[in-house]
Amino acid sequence: MIEVKDLYKIYSLGDSDVHALDGVTLKIDDGEMVAIMGPSGSGKSTLMAILGCLDVPTKGSYMINQQEVGKLNENQLANLRAHQIGFVFQQFNLLPRTSALENVELPLIYDGVTAKQRSEKAKEALRVVGLEDRMHHRPNQLSGGQQQRVAIARALVNDPAILLADEPTGNLDSKSGSEIISLFQTLHKEKHLTVVYVTHDPFIARHTERIIHLKDGKIVFEEMVKNPIAAGTPRPDEEIDSLNGMRKGKHEVRHEPAQ
Amino acid sequence: MNLLNNIRVAFRSLTSNLLRSFLTLLGIVIGVAAVVALLSIGQGVTAGVTSRVESLGSNLITIAGSRSFTPGVVGGTTSTLFYDDYTAILQNATNVLAIAPIYSSPEQVTYQDNTSSYQITGTNEDYFTVHAYTVSSGRPLLASDNDLRSKVIVIGSTVASELFSGLNPVGRSVTINNSDYEVVGVLTTSGSASFGSGDNSILIPIETGYTYLFGSRAMLNGQRTLSSIALSAATANDVNSVISQVDIILRGTHGLGLTDTLPFTVSSQAQALSTLSSITSTLTLFLGAIAAISLIVGGIGIMNISLVSVTERTREIGLRKAVGAPRRAILFQFLIETMTLAILGGVVGILLGVAISLLVSLSGLIHASITAGTIALSFGSAALIGLFFGIYPAYQASKLSPIEALRYE
Repeated sequence: MIEVKDLYKIYSLGDSDVHALDGVTLKIDDGEMVAIMGPSGSGKSTLMAILGCLDVPTKGSYMINQQEVGKLNENQLANLRAHQIGFVFQQFNLLPRTSALENVELPLIYDGVTAKQRSEKAKEALRVVGLEDRMHHRPNQLSGGQQQRVAIARALVNDPAILLADEPTGNLDSKSGSEIISLFQTLHKEKHLTVVYVTHDPFIARHTERIIHLKDGKIVFEEMVKNPIAAGTPRPDEEIDSLNGMRKGKHEVRHEPAQ
Repeated sequence: MNLLNNIRVAFRSLTSNLLRSFLTLLGIVIGVAAVVALLSIGQGVTAGVTSRVESLGSNLITIAGSRSFTPGVVGGTTSTLFYDDYTAILQNATNVLAIAPIYSSPEQVTYQDNTSSYQITGTNEDYFTVHAYTVSSGRPLLASDNDLRSKVIVIGSTVASELFSGLNPVGRSVTINNSDYEVVGVLTTSGSASFGSGDNSILIPIETGYTYLFGSRAMLNGQRTLSSIALSAATANDVNSVISQVDIILRGTHGLGLTDTLPFTVSSQAQALSTLSSITSTLTLFLGAIAAISLIVGGIGIMNISLVSVTERTREIGLRKAVGAPRRAILFQFLIETMTLAILGGVVGILLGVAISLLVSLSGLIHASITAGTIALSFGSAALIGLFFGIYPAYQASKLSPIEALRYE
């Protein structure tokens, strides 16, 4: 279970302070699937980095499974990142000139797993994301969607309880993006993974059970999705229109509290 | 994170930028090769000088006086060695294996149409023992040669080839100062360098010399003078006792008190050896220091490349940390990369240094001596340099925050 209380992240830029997070309190239960939405600069990526233990808050408390993250030292944080959290980035962040298999093996290298076991677990993770036939390809030989699936396999290889993703579909065309979200849904249902991802695409967000709306570093409202969109459902026409430029204004109207 | 894996990761990152790794490697290779080659050459020179000095004769003691060439000058007599000094030492000193009086003078020597100037050394049969000389043909000087004042000479190998150009000199006669002398022996070649070798000398019985050759130049106040006296102590342990006996005897014959300054140099081979070896080891150290500078420059090259590599791979470091790499693992990864470069450079440098030393030896000028110590030292310093210059960039990499590293453009 993820529990965040009164979280602040303040950057000082010369004289003025920027409040990237301005008192965020939220709770995500085990096995939930949640989307975090918000316009640029709303602090959603900052929140995600803190949830992923990649960054530390200026103040506030963050607990994972009743463990206060703020009290952990660097090695304990590294251990937490290695075993409890899988993180997927917008930019994929795969090692160049390195095969898909070796990219997926990377987290296991720091875990004292033997080479044989590493290879077995990495192959299994690649099979889960449907890329077992591409495991010897290098990132530059894979499409964007395939690269992101390699990154997801890397996030899953250590069997974490929580899968976090920062704009996982942001660099993908809508078809590949939809495939990635389908994969998240499958993992969520079949493995009972807690899945949290950031997006600014409402169609992508509505594949989850709950949407947390962030603005200016604060949670403005939470929205329960009664019927999450099933994986593979085609995008409605108006969404496609909105992709052609008018997206932002439309969404804000559309996502006034529905309940 | 096991070591083998770290090394594999390091190798992959080194081979992914082959030219840069090679250039960095070159810095260390040149540094290590310079250290190995210069130390080997230095040690070779030291060993060569030492063995040559030792070959002059074991337990050698030399008494040298500054001979006065202008008889009658006041004070000149005090620093002149006399034949009587030799006799006094011969009769009184104990534990002396052999003792040779020496009077040297440059003379024109003629064989048929060939005339050259050589140093003629008047001495006795003990000269061969003292200097460990042997003859390659004919015979050495004998005691009877002095008793009979025989007009015989023993010549060095260089003299033999210069004067007789290929003919066997034994039995032939040369002309020195208008009289004929028969060559009875040729000395064994002692080495290519002229230092301390008898290759250029002509030896004659000293009595023959006084009688027919040296004339009044060798006389001072009616006494026969000497250039030096060479003697050999019975054992190495006797060297110091013989030196003090000689000191007392010389004070007696020259009427000097115990506190007066002895106007002669009484020196043992051991002293000469220690002086020489201290000079050559200083030289070796100096050469080594110069080579060490190039090694340090190579190390700075490694550090530079390592820092560039850390900057270039900031995102990679961020990612590794994001998937759970602890600080230690990042530190090791970069340290192992620099160590790999340094050790690889060390090995190649040692091979190159050994090759240079062997080439130098092949040229025949200097015999380089490659010791295990030299190799261990240069390999050790290469590894240390890798460690020293690798720690800072590795530390820089390890302390990056994962999110900042990932956002680095």
